[in-house]
Amino acid sequence: MSTTASPTGLADPDELDLGLPVSYLADGHSVRSWLLTTDHKRIAILYAVTITVFFFIGGAAATLVRLELATPEADVLRADTYNKLFTLHGVVMVWFFLIPSIPNTLGNFLVPLMIGARDVAFPKLNLVSWYLNLGGGLLAVAALILGGVDTGWTFYVPYSTVFSNTWVSLTVLGVFTTGFSSIATGVNFIGTIHLLRAPGMTWFRLPLFVWAMYTTSLMFVLATPVLAVTLLLVLAERTFGLPIFDPARGGDPILFQHLFWFYSHPAVYIMVLPAMGVVSELITCFARRKVFGYTFMVYALVAIAVIGFFTWGHHMFTSGMSPYAALVFSFLSFIVAVPSAIKVFNWTGTLYRGQVGFESPMLYALGFVGLFTLGGLTGLFLASIPVDVHVQDTYFVVAHFHYIMVGASVSAYFGGLHFWWPKITGRTYPETWARFAAILMFFGFNLTFFPQFIAGYLGMPRRYHVYPPEFQIWNVLSSAGAAVLAVAYLMPLGYLTWSLLFGERATNNPWDASGLEWRTTSPPPRQNFFGSPRIQGGPYNYHPEGVAPVHDQPRLPSRGSLT
Amino acid sequence: MSGADIPARLREGRTDLEARLREGRTDLEARLRQGRTDLEARLREPWSDLETDDATAFARQRAGAALGIWIFLASEVLFFGALFLTYTAARLANQEAFAAAGRETNIVYGTLNTAILLTSSLTIAVASQAAEKGLFRRLTLGCLAATAVLGLAFLVVKGFEYREDIEKHLVPGAHFALTQAPAQIFFAFYWLVTVVHAIHLGIGIALVTRLAIKGWRDPDFLAENPQVEVTALYWHLVDLVWVFLYPMLYLPGRSG
Repeated sequence: MSTTASPTGLADPDELDLGLPVSYLADGHSVRSWLLTTDHKRIAILYAVTITVFFFIGGAAATLVRLELATPEADVLRADTYNKLFTLHGVVMVWFFLIPSIPNTLGNFLVPLMIGARDVAFPKLNLVSWYLNLGGGLLAVAALILGGVDTGWTFYVPYSTVFSNTWVSLTVLGVFTTGFSSIATGVNFIGTIHLLRAPGMTWFRLPLFVWAMYTTSLMFVLATPVLAVTLLLVLAERTFGLPIFDPARGGDPILFQHLFWFYSHPAVYIMVLPAMGVVSELITCFARRKVFGYTFMVYALVAIAVIGFFTWGHHMFTSGMSPYAALVFSFLSFIVAVPSAIKVFNWTGTLYRGQVGFESPMLYALGFVGLFTLGGLTGLFLASIPVDVHVQDTYFVVAHFHYIMVGASVSAYFGGLHFWWPKITGRTYPETWARFAAILMFFGFNLTFFPQFIAGYLGMPRRYHVYPPEFQIWNVLSSAGAAVLAVAYLMPLGYLTWSLLFGERATNNPWDASGLEWRTTSPPPRQNFFGSPRIQGGPYNYHPEGVAPVHDQPRLPSRGSLT
Repeated sequence: MSGADIPARLREGRTDLEARLREGRTDLEARLRQGRTDLEARLREPWSDLETDDATAFARQRAGAALGIWIFLASEVLFFGALFLTYTAARLANQEAFAAAGRETNIVYGTLNTAILLTSSLTIAVASQAAEKGLFRRLTLGCLAATAVLGLAFLVVKGFEYREDIEKHLVPGAHFALTQAPAQIFFAFYWLVTVVHAIHLGIGIALVTRLAIKGWRDPDFLAENPQVEVTALYWHLVDLVWVFLYPMLYLPGRSG
């Protein structure tokens, strides 16, 4: 320990003469130093670049789909092209954007920083994981270039195994490959969180974001292999004509749905648990209050992760299931709402009597809470069997899962990206633009997807490119919203890129946040910290005893980064 | 030979022995010191930066490797578990056809392979324990080599079996030999599961061979190296999967 030890046990970089690059970004500038890096922070950046590309590929497909649906006729696209576009949108967004988004970018960057470690437990595996993710994505994009897929992102059999004449095998292979990446990331995070916590960082002192990553990793490890088997069976059936799912030869297509949803329902929680972790960090920071009911927040995360595994059957209420099984799955789907509600309650409890600041990350976080609540409540509609039978395969379902997966998950991703942007890049972004984009995104999102609830409830089916004219009003609203949303998603791309080149140097802790990741320079050095972190108290210590609330002090920039 | 010489020679022998013991002790101490420097060299990022002494850090690194492989194996268990569950569902629906199809598999090859694989489990376990103690380099190397050879033997036997299966038209498709349609589902599982298992075994053989070659070239490589334990755990899983596959694929319809 050096003599400059602070209460957390970290040395002051200003007082050290290290003779080393102080930022991980300055630690080598060649292409090789990026593509062969084992630094978790650089790998996070690699992931960020890939998923941004996939996000805009998937977004472009969605824009075309909404354009086609603006009128009831088939004006823009043929049925075949339409099928390929919505499949592309689903495949890219779910498998190559949403699932890796928060865990692999923010998680990779922040988990070691937040627990006071130098790196993840298996740095090389971390890099391999990125290459697998990239490889899988490239296979799927290759399938797109060669002619596309028309099965929908769920690859339902027997259509995908027997009938479809498109590039199903290549796409499935891509998704299969990406699964390895998920498992590797899960193994890495679990190992890191178990074994590399700094002295004093006990389990119940972990930030909620780390808890969210831990539970997500458990789901990665336990759910992904089942998806792998399912995809392997589809591949085998397509390639070698095996009869496992083909009903004409004695196979069972419902078996596919059981296996597929055993992964893909937990996958929804893989997308939303990290978002919850991000939002917990944002709300506590901008409300200047300790998270209300920290331990319950932890238990709720674990409960969602566990119960999330027992709800897959609600995707099959209309596929032919015994009524008793349907009843059990309905009951369990209701139960999973309880921990989710606990979380929403605790977020609002944290906001209550907080000194709330409305910086852009907070706007995204508040947007998350609203959209997640609405998405979650409509989930209860779908968990009750009679309503589900009524709205099965309509736009009601489409709206519901977009509220959870886009409204909640993507909002949180953008919120987290803005919040940690100064830490990751060492630059500040233009706050006014960011607030405008956050508000625009919230309105654009609601304008896009709320009308779909109504259209769906009135009976508009999903996956059709033509529809009866009485639904046009809702679709026009929705398409207009999609245009707003597209602008709101493009804006951060613009001003964040601008900030990389022209943004001001960020201070080490621009938000006056309490986490360990703010106790190092912006951007952090290769070894993450100067000195060795020692943790002496719980997280979110915004009101240490005898210290005035932070909002009484001006939030002045203290020190610039040392890039 | 005079009687007076004997005590002198005994004394001489004792001094000699003591000198050799002393020498041995210094040698041992040197090796221990050497081992400590080796320990530093064997520490990797981020374990090398832990705020503990090298021995504890190395123990943590070993524990990390073990934890990592166990988590990975848990995911592998789910992978095969889902396959087994699918098989169970299909078999419950088509019991008769599965029994008829099960009688067509070659139980001689199957049993032989079970014996081969279980023996390989013994050799890899010995290799792992010997490497952990860090003292039995030749034993470790020999056991690793034996494991790789047994693994290859399994694949060779499996290859003979596959050739026979193809000759008997047991591949699902147009010229399938059995009349009952669901028998094709049984053989779909047979091919899928055994091929996936063979791929896993192939990876295992590659890993074991890599360890053997590295250990042969670098005398210190295998001693206390967590990679041996990790590879052994993986090998045991592949083995264990076969223990389930054998009754699943070779025993239906043969009970009487």
